[in-house]
Amino acid sequence: MATSGRPARLLHNLNAKIAAIPMVLTTLVIFVGGTIWTVFYSFTNSKLLPKTNFVGLDQYERLWSNSRWVVSIENLAFFGVMSLIFTVSVGFLLAVLMDQKIRFEDTFRTIMLYPFALSFIVTGLVWQWILNPDFGIQGIVRSWGWESFAFDPLHNPDTVLYGLLIAGLWQGTGFVMCLMLAGLRGIDEDIWKAARVDGIPTWKTYLIVVVPMMRPVFVTTLVIVAAGIIKLYDLVVAMTSGGPGGNASQVPAMYVYDYMFQAQNLGQGFAASTMMLLSVLIVLIPWAYLEFGGKKHG
Amino acid sequence: MGNSIEVKDLTLNFGSVSVLKNMNLDVAEGEFVVLLGPSGCGKSTLLNCLAGLLDITDGQIWIKGKNVTWAEPSERGIGMVFQSYALYPQMTVRGNLSFGLKNAKVPQPEIDKRIARAAEILQIQPLLDRKPAALSGGQRQRVAIGRALVRDVDVFLFDEPLSNLDAKLRSELRVEIKRLHNALGNTMVYVTHDQIEALTLADRIAVMKGGVIQQLSDPQTIYNKPSNLFVAGFIGSPSMNFLHGKTVDSGKTFVFGDHRISLAGYDGGAVLERDQAILGVRPEHITVSHEAPAGPSIPAVVEIDEHLGADGLLWLKAGAKDICVRVPVEGRLPAGTKVHLAMDIAKASLFDAKTEQRI
Amino acid sequence: MAEGSMAMSGPRGAKPKKSLSGRNIMLYGTLIVVSLYYILPLWVMIMTSLKGMPEVRLGNIFAPPVEITFEPWVKAWATACTGLNCDGLSRGFWNSVIITVPSVILSIIIASVNGYALINWKFKGSDIFFTILIFGSFIPYQIMLYPIVILLREMGIYGTLWGLIIVHTIFGMPILTLLFRNYFSSIPEELFKAARVDGAGFWGIYLRIMLPMSLPIFVVALILQVTGIWNDFLFGVVYTKPDLYPMTVQLNNIVNSVQGVKEYNVNMAATLLTGLVPLVVYFVSGKLFVRGIAAGAVKG
Repeated sequence: MATSGRPARLLHNLNAKIAAIPMVLTTLVIFVGGTIWTVFYSFTNSKLLPKTNFVGLDQYERLWSNSRWVVSIENLAFFGVMSLIFTVSVGFLLAVLMDQKIRFEDTFRTIMLYPFALSFIVTGLVWQWILNPDFGIQGIVRSWGWESFAFDPLHNPDTVLYGLLIAGLWQGTGFVMCLMLAGLRGIDEDIWKAARVDGIPTWKTYLIVVVPMMRPVFVTTLVIVAAGIIKLYDLVVAMTSGGPGGNASQVPAMYVYDYMFQAQNLGQGFAASTMMLLSVLIVLIPWAYLEFGGKKHG
Repeated sequence: MGNSIEVKDLTLNFGSVSVLKNMNLDVAEGEFVVLLGPSGCGKSTLLNCLAGLLDITDGQIWIKGKNVTWAEPSERGIGMVFQSYALYPQMTVRGNLSFGLKNAKVPQPEIDKRIARAAEILQIQPLLDRKPAALSGGQRQRVAIGRALVRDVDVFLFDEPLSNLDAKLRSELRVEIKRLHNALGNTMVYVTHDQIEALTLADRIAVMKGGVIQQLSDPQTIYNKPSNLFVAGFIGSPSMNFLHGKTVDSGKTFVFGDHRISLAGYDGGAVLERDQAILGVRPEHITVSHEAPAGPSIPAVVEIDEHLGADGLLWLKAGAKDICVRVPVEGRLPAGTKVHLAMDIAKASLFDAKTEQRI
Repeated sequence: MAEGSMAMSGPRGAKPKKSLSGRNIMLYGTLIVVSLYYILPLWVMIMTSLKGMPEVRLGNIFAPPVEITFEPWVKAWATACTGLNCDGLSRGFWNSVIITVPSVILSIIIASVNGYALINWKFKGSDIFFTILIFGSFIPYQIMLYPIVILLREMGIYGTLWGLIIVHTIFGMPILTLLFRNYFSSIPEELFKAARVDGAGFWGIYLRIMLPMSLPIFVVALILQVTGIWNDFLFGVVYTKPDLYPMTVQLNNIVNSVQGVKEYNVNMAATLLTGLVPLVVYFVSGKLFVRGIAAGAVKG
């Protein structure tokens, strides 16, 4: 492609620019544009269709005075914190076990990781069945003689989140275990040797030497798991449909969907999703600052 | 004076692969032994076995009169320095030095005493409160040595400690390590692939190949009287010249192509008549002259001459054979010059081509 | 230097290993117990789906069927009702196939070309767009749901399978572009420069040099997308109409919105059928799957 004279700035590297059009379009139109659009319209009183009748912070006031929303936020917070703590610690412990040069490592890993390949719907439905009070675990233990055994988390508003946690952990810990194991394997073998020569027992080496060295892996894992928790929706739909009693296991994503597409109240849906965005930013921005702040972009 | 380390019939197999074969090695107290060899010869493996980091298949290891074959590394009375320093990254230098001692429940005053002593010997006092990331490569290596020092042990093991440093630092630290050995007098076993380190640091060198010790001697002997073809070619840079030929006249003459070289003055065993022999002569033991000298010599033509600063190297061709000769700066000659090469047989080595052993 | 007293006394040779040591028992014991927790649901799914309803009501979910029957499977596939239609999951299965195949192909092609352009043909602003793309992948989908509805409506494809395909392509871009970008950045620049010296252009280098070297990463991208898109629920429910629902949405309808008598065995058969495709992909791809999710973790 011979050109004479200096090509116009825009035509320079034309092929690359054409190839990047989908990415540029997506970022501008969908990610940036879509987000701004929704935030904008959250200040309106749109019902079935978006309308530009501005009502200021009205939608947000209604949002926060709606007990359904408040419950959904509390639920997500509880589920999120518990999920983070347990997936990361269980995942880490499993990774430590797998790091012990065991036989059948591939088999164990295959078993622990396959739930991650399944849809949340599948996960939710199968655990709903296992936790079924008549035929599931409760039914079986009762049939063994313990008549008063009670294990029905999904039908009790106080314990329904634990039922969700059992299923969520089942799906997610294998993934975290893989991440942690990769991190453990990245530790220089000479450090282990030095610790052995120093006479440090294995558990102490993990705790005092290895874990601090794995800080980046822990941070990455936390961010990924947290990002996934905010979007929690499919699992709840499958396991409890938001119940029992209509609200007990409500989550923000569900609130958004219900108001946006079923209750014909777009304004509320927009406000709710904007709140979801804010919560993500609250987590992301400090993290991004920690990771990248201080280093000038070259 | 007993032996500090005794290795008896050590064998190590990884599955069906034999890595170390029936090794025997004695290290005297206070001795500096270097394990030298190319990659894969088993030198690091042997060191790891000594340290107890690898389980052996057969044989015994004794350290300071105790059978440590089944003992944990921390119970063997050894300290170890690694190629990658392996300092605990989240602890300060002081933390690194004291971690093992605290774990062994050594009382704090004793810990402080040992750290102070090590810091003084290694000149790392100003670094004690820094973390490894804030140290240079040379400083990190000193701290690594310090970690072994504070263990108050008799035997130090070094696993290629200088390989991660640049050339200048390497020669500086090399001298440091020798100073350390002179000052402390500990037994040291040192692994390297660098022959300069071996020749300068060792009391004795164990040249290894394929899991077997080829020769175990002091550096002078290894250099002057290599016990086989491999050692002769491995030690010395540029390497020894090898002339392939045979010995005749009851072993008094070496025949190389059309030329005969008298073996009078050869310092070795009974030469006898062998129809396949190799004469090895180092580049600095060959003299170049324009006219045929009085003694035995072979003609050659200069191909390339290299200026090394302090002296020079001439690369010549004798028939089809490449020969390298070290010459003083004034002795350099242009390409194409026809010369005669006289060899100092008293300093040469003759090898049987079939057994590869020195005669 | 008399050695006599030290000759060959005491321990010799390999250290004795007790394979039934306390440590090993705890280690393997824990792993086995944990494995049971993971295998249990799969076991229950399979067992329940092979039983007749009377047996399901009687027995416990962990017991294998006394009489094996494949009827629940047939029912789940062909006759289960999802509100409107009663032709089972087969409808959803084919919908999912039609959704997944083009989405995977499109998203991978676009992302790989994007990743390649980002590394080898940087232009002004390309890095900024990429950073926004990555940050965008953290934004909850909910906030972009409605604008996309409007967009698709304007394009006339809201409620059709093509609309959903476009959505999946869009949302697959961030992570796939990151994946390809990282992979291409590890290809030595000298190859690229040599090709340019030889006169090859943007597309030439992509097709003749980059592609042939990238088989492993394409497989990883394939695995990520196939599992991700097949398992999706939210987009399926928002952007299609009931008779175009993907398998996951249909599954949820079959199990959760049926009034009256619940056929648990059919439900489990349906659940198993829906999970089958990603499970097969998982078991077949093995180590590559692990690499795939590890790649997904290299964000930021």
